Amino acid sequence: MNRRDILRRSAAAGLLATPAAALLTGCATGGDKDSGDGGAYQGTKSEQNPLGVKEDAPLEVVIFNGGFGEEYAKAHEAMYTERYPKAQIKHSATQEISKTLQPRFVDGTPPDVVNNSGAGQIDFNGLVSQKALADLGELLDAPSLDIPGKKVRETLLPGAVEVGSYDGRYLVMNYTYTVYGIWHSTKLFADKGWEYAKTWDEHIALCKKIKAAGIAPWTYAGAHPRYMSWPVISTAIKFGGPQVATAIDNLEPNAWKSDGMKAAADAWHQIVKDGYILSGSSGLDHKQSQTAWCQGKAAFISCGSWLESEQKAVTPEGFNMTVAPTPSLGSGDKLPFAAIRGTAGEPFMVPAKAKNVAGGLEYFRTMLSKKGAQDFTRKVASLTVVAGATEGVELPYGLNTVVKALEASGSNGFNWVYNNYYRKLERNLVDAACGEFFSGRIGPAEFLDQCQKGADSIAADTSVTKYKRA
Amino acid sequence: MRHGKYPLIITFLVPPLLLYGVFVVSPYLQAFQISTTDWLGYSADANPVGLDNFRTLLHDGYLWNALKNNALLLAVVPVVTIILGLFFATMLNMGGRRGRAGVSGVRGTSVYRTVYFFPQVLSVVIIALLWKEVYHPNSGLLNGTLGALGLPTPSWLGDPRTAFWCVLAVMVWSNVGFYVVLFGAAMSAIPRDIYEAVMLDGASRSVTLRKITIPLLWDTVQVAWIYLAIAALDAFVLVQLMTNGGPNFSSDVIGLRMYDTAFGSETKFGYASAIGVVMFFLTLSVAVLALRAGRRDRIEYS
Repeated sequence: MNRRDILRRSAAAGLLATPAAALLTGCATGGDKDSGDGGAYQGTKSEQNPLGVKEDAPLEVVIFNGGFGEEYAKAHEAMYTERYPKAQIKHSATQEISKTLQPRFVDGTPPDVVNNSGAGQIDFNGLVSQKALADLGELLDAPSLDIPGKKVRETLLPGAVEVGSYDGRYLVMNYTYTVYGIWHSTKLFADKGWEYAKTWDEHIALCKKIKAAGIAPWTYAGAHPRYMSWPVISTAIKFGGPQVATAIDNLEPNAWKSDGMKAAADAWHQIVKDGYILSGSSGLDHKQSQTAWCQGKAAFISCGSWLESEQKAVTPEGFNMTVAPTPSLGSGDKLPFAAIRGTAGEPFMVPAKAKNVAGGLEYFRTMLSKKGAQDFTRKVASLTVVAGATEGVELPYGLNTVVKALEASGSNGFNWVYNNYYRKLERNLVDAACGEFFSGRIGPAEFLDQCQKGADSIAADTSVTKYKRA
Repeated sequence: MRHGKYPLIITFLVPPLLLYGVFVVSPYLQAFQISTTDWLGYSADANPVGLDNFRTLLHDGYLWNALKNNALLLAVVPVVTIILGLFFATMLNMGGRRGRAGVSGVRGTSVYRTVYFFPQVLSVVIIALLWKEVYHPNSGLLNGTLGALGLPTPSWLGDPRTAFWCVLAVMVWSNVGFYVVLFGAAMSAIPRDIYEAVMLDGASRSVTLRKITIPLLWDTVQVAWIYLAIAALDAFVLVQLMTNGGPNFSSDVIGLRMYDTAFGSETKFGYASAIGVVMFFLTLSVAVLALRAGRRDRIEYS
């Protein structure tokens, strides 16, 4: 027997091994359809226990280990075990939610509470259309843990429930309250004698002054240019009213080419045309652009209210970042200057097949208690959806300006949710269009065309479930 | 050693074959099955849809765009990497001509050898992050140097005209070191007397490389070609970390399309598997073609 024979025989053995392996192939999609016992743990409902938590049922919590870390969650878990000392809590934190949990969803053995956030977030459209999420409606009607006489629903900020609702069912508990606006350094502006502009013409005039002073007026994250879609859409909504956003969310034909969007895109094109953007911004990612802004290389940046904690390590002492609404286009605007985009963010969910659904809801009730919310705000310097939970908590400078902006905005606040309904539309398609627009490679008309084409492609995709809102 | 031969063979063959079956063959087979369903990945519901996914693929502009980039990588990366690898390996092994007999490398060979191998020691993730900073438009090494020389400073990864080529350059950079070592090892197996004879005949370095070294290294070059072709059809990690396919999909690759469809902006596991199946056949055909095209008579020294 020579070497060639051995090779030949091992090849034959390999061929035999293939069908054997096929037998080993448990099919990835072949989980038993009825497997996974959603809500296996049920206790008796009472006044003390309105959600029917089984006292000794274990609870598994998976936290996204991002900007907020995981310490706040451990505190919430401790509050839960204080009420249910017999319950074992299994805590884990990861940055890769979708990769870690996908097999467990298929298996029918998902955790009880999932903080579905970050870059590895699971697309909510997919989860909702596959009925993978438990209805949280019961939670809203349960009494608040420590705000007497109020149901959980009545303790939340306006709009908090809508963001997590799909066709009227409340499926996602968005815990933080995020404000999206334009940020600047109070110190820089005071030193230079500049004042934040309330109208677009004044804004352009201010940009001219800033540029003359040797500072770039604007910078943005070229790797995630969708950050710039926020001020553009906000400007359009303030010009044309909230129906601009409703049309976009409902994928109405030519929603991206409404008069409001056209006026906003034309206006914003000015900062590109006049060279008011820090050169090289198109090659920066969000951290790099935010750092350039913190170093005083640019005056304005568009971001949500997580900016302050995200930039904590590199923000110079006394920088004093302030959030402000987008400038008004003119006196014909439907919403006043103070109107700002505020929305519930940082999504938490209870999988439909979780063993301890009641426990998951109760955990949310703990998070939404005044004590839970205050602890969160204190730990991570971010607002929660619980109204008035900042009372008695000392807020950092930037977050204080966020609270003030929210108060000033009041009932004129607005929001859109197409990014929750159709993740791909914002993350891929509008994102790419913004990149082209703000680097000056396309003009406002082509920009809106490209966004509209993206929205149309989602509308035409029969494999994507569509949602409507009023 | 005739009896007892089979237990030995089985002991050595069964464990790897079993692992291969479970972790390679079986996922492939499942991917084929999933690619014919509309599975959305988070429930056990998957309806067979036949070849619908593949029909959608044919009209998916983003996929064709990604495929075009992979084709460019396939055309450029192996050629450039192999040429550079051969050049460096030759210089390190037989480039030195200090006017005396004997075959040796250029001065400082051992230093170069270590330096070239550096990228191979680093993980791809680190390479990607390192180069992302090098390409930083305002404070990067590259633009810092260009700026100091008074040259224009493009925004590299932020410009659709340059982003793809920036990633391609990093791909070549990170691969060359390995092939320098591979070719170097193969060269040291070539009998020295052949080179001594060539030198006596007065052949130049480039003639030696073309007429002697490459023909004698052909098998190794072919292996390199196949590895690099497969790497060019992948390129996922570098692209995802450096540009995530942007700006405006200019540096997208087919592997990133697949990842994004399943884990990124959507949860279409059925469609993503169809992309995976296409990738499988592409890679397979490229490997077979590379083997066929490179077939030559084998030279054995004996």
